[in-house]
Amino acid sequence: MNLFQMKGVGISFGGNRILGHVTLSMEPGEIVTVVGPNGSGKSTLLRILVGALPVDEGEVIRKQGLRIGYVPQRLQLDPTLPMTVSRMMRLRRKVSRADVSDALEQAGIPTLANRQMSELSGGQFQRVMLARALLGRPELLILDEATAGLDQPGTASFYRQIEQVRQDMGCGVLMVSHDLHVVMSASDRVICLNGHICCEGEPSHVASAPEYRALFGEGTKGALALYAHHHDHNHTHEAAE
Amino acid sequence: MSFLDDFMIRAILAGVGVALAAAPLGCFVVWRRMAYFGDATAHAAILGVALSLTFSVSIFAGVLVVSLAMALTVSSLTGRGFAMDTMLGVLAHSALAFGLVAASFLSGIRIDLMAYLFGDILAVMPDDLAVIWGGAAIVVGLVVWRWSALLTGTLNPDLAYAEGVDPKREQLVLTIALAIVVAVAIKVVGALLITAMLIIPAATARSFSRTPEVMAILAAAIGAGSVFGGIRASYHFDTPTGPTIVCITAILFVLSVSLSRLGRNSTARNDA
Repeated sequence: MNLFQMKGVGISFGGNRILGHVTLSMEPGEIVTVVGPNGSGKSTLLRILVGALPVDEGEVIRKQGLRIGYVPQRLQLDPTLPMTVSRMMRLRRKVSRADVSDALEQAGIPTLANRQMSELSGGQFQRVMLARALLGRPELLILDEATAGLDQPGTASFYRQIEQVRQDMGCGVLMVSHDLHVVMSASDRVICLNGHICCEGEPSHVASAPEYRALFGEGTKGALALYAHHHDHNHTHEAAE
Repeated sequence: MSFLDDFMIRAILAGVGVALAAAPLGCFVVWRRMAYFGDATAHAAILGVALSLTFSVSIFAGVLVVSLAMALTVSSLTGRGFAMDTMLGVLAHSALAFGLVAASFLSGIRIDLMAYLFGDILAVMPDDLAVIWGGAAIVVGLVVWRWSALLTGTLNPDLAYAEGVDPKREQLVLTIALAIVVAVAIKVVGALLITAMLIIPAATARSFSRTPEVMAILAAAIGAGSVFGGIRASYHFDTPTGPTIVCITAILFVLSVSLSRLGRNSTARNDA
């Protein structure tokens, strides 16, 4: 059973067609990454799935009672809104304090429960948002450029955690990212988007597709090769991040 | 002889009722940066007063309808590409101007405009008290019932959708609550100072709050305290009561900001 199915989906804003002819589905446990230039409709695609945007053409079928976990691109908390990490974790769901501290422990940020959200670093903030999304035991985890603004070690460790989450919880992951090289290595399937689906497939297949080259140039292949190595150690300062 | 026969007691009860309703709603007005929205809704109340006197319906009903119409108009304009700041400025001040002009046509009816602009809390009657506390109960009930959904919608609309909350519906809840607060507050602090009762207690509570709930409860306490202090001070100095209440909240705000600055500086010194 697919997590969702999009059939010939199209959407326009004020006469501008943002997406068209998008047909896409995902299986449980799959990691799918959407890449594409700015304004290619990546975020729009995710917002349609989340239910924030009605489509103009085609249809979106979600699995009955699909549990979605959503991590937005850097949430802007108004400075006048006081919010502790622990309160943020319990905002929508009745969750015990023990579950909250377990979730923070798993996210590698066990000491942050009583801190203000506004005091967190970018990486800590996104880990809280991820931990919060996971508390709802999602079947589909949706990440919208969740690592925008993080440095490279922060980004790498964030994606290692996503990988771990998929293994532990078996949820599907759909993400938009600009970190082409990191993402390519972590995904089962890559979708190259530019108003429509240009090409899709395994990372290696997409990276060599002419449509992808046309959008991202030859240079990316170099970056991909550059990053095709494994970390055999982890620095403690990274773990604390 | 009931204790409600004392106009001072009635004034305090009326003020506290408004303060309790305005506090949690005011927090959302602050968090969502809707201060000007509050102004537009409140200023429309004067037009509501003029219309209710023309058609001889209750002031409460007239103000509620006109404020609600204004709030819904503003609400539906948001996110449609208008320059909201300008649009709200236009709506807020033209509503006030049309209201004042409409009131001037009411010849034959003696209308004390000052009472509606700045409130006349000492003239609150037992019937008014019932309306104020009824309205306040509805507003507090609404906000408490929708609390977590309202907060999620305030954080991020897309996040709200993902978690099964329709942020547009929550916006409507706030809009309705705002119109009710305006309708019950006009007699107490007047159309021009309603926004002050929404915003200043919430802003004052911010420095001492670590969670949204604490901020809302503190704001209610600060608002109620200001009502007590303001009524006493206005009796003592023979000043208009509504403005005096707002002055007290403003003084508390300045104190809270200074105190939290001091606190932060001393922690910084201890850390060094």
